[in-house]
Amino acid sequence: MPKMSLTHFEASILFALLTSIVLGIVTKKTDRERLRYGLYCFGCFVFAMFALSWLMYLGHG
Amino acid sequence: MATKSNAAAPAAVKPTPVEVPDVPVSKWLPPVLLGWLIPGGGHFLLRKHARGGLLAFAVIFMFLSGIMMRGATFQKPFFDMMDSQQPVDLLTKVINTGGFIGNIMTGLPYLMTAWFSYDQPDVAGHVHDYGTKFLVAAGLLNILALVDVFEIATRKKD
Repeated sequence: MPKMSLTHFEASILFALLTSIVLGIVTKKTDRERLRYGLYCFGCFVFAMFALSWLMYLGHG
Repeated sequence: MATKSNAAAPAAVKPTPVEVPDVPVSKWLPPVLLGWLIPGGGHFLLRKHARGGLLAFAVIFMFLSGIMMRGATFQKPFFDMMDSQQPVDLLTKVINTGGFIGNIMTGLPYLMTAWFSYDQPDVAGHVHDYGTKFLVAAGLLNILALVDVFEIATRKKD
């Protein structure tokens, strides 16, 4: 099995993408709603990622 | 006055009964079991091919990413903890048990790693650590997929 070496950012984006796909599929009833909710979740993940990263950067001093 | 207060009493409001569709176990158990064993398999059995394909991709790709990042599985720490004569603290028990449940809910991909003796030691490093989380998260996503299969099979959802 090949080895995968990702940065924090890449691993977080991959996690956000795959989780958003599942959340979009299982929570909504129409395909349009699923797509919108999946994109919304992905956006929330990315926003939280940047917000927490800045918070940790500024909090670290 | 007394009549007025009686009319406003909360006991007068009858709760509407929740309608539970009467679906036999034989209808929903096979897709749920198949969905556990093969991520997305339950959706395929219920002829929801597009959703099944996407769920299979997401869960299996997340699991394989975890393996390729050399993440640790919780099989050995879990069984060591069960056999241990030493007292194990509550946090360790919660982490190991939760991790083991997360791992085993991936189904066949996880069972194959156990059969092929995948045994990654727990080492320091962010990639390895992400791998461990990816392996558990794959199982948790599969649980969500199983709930979806159950709802489709019991006709609560299309």
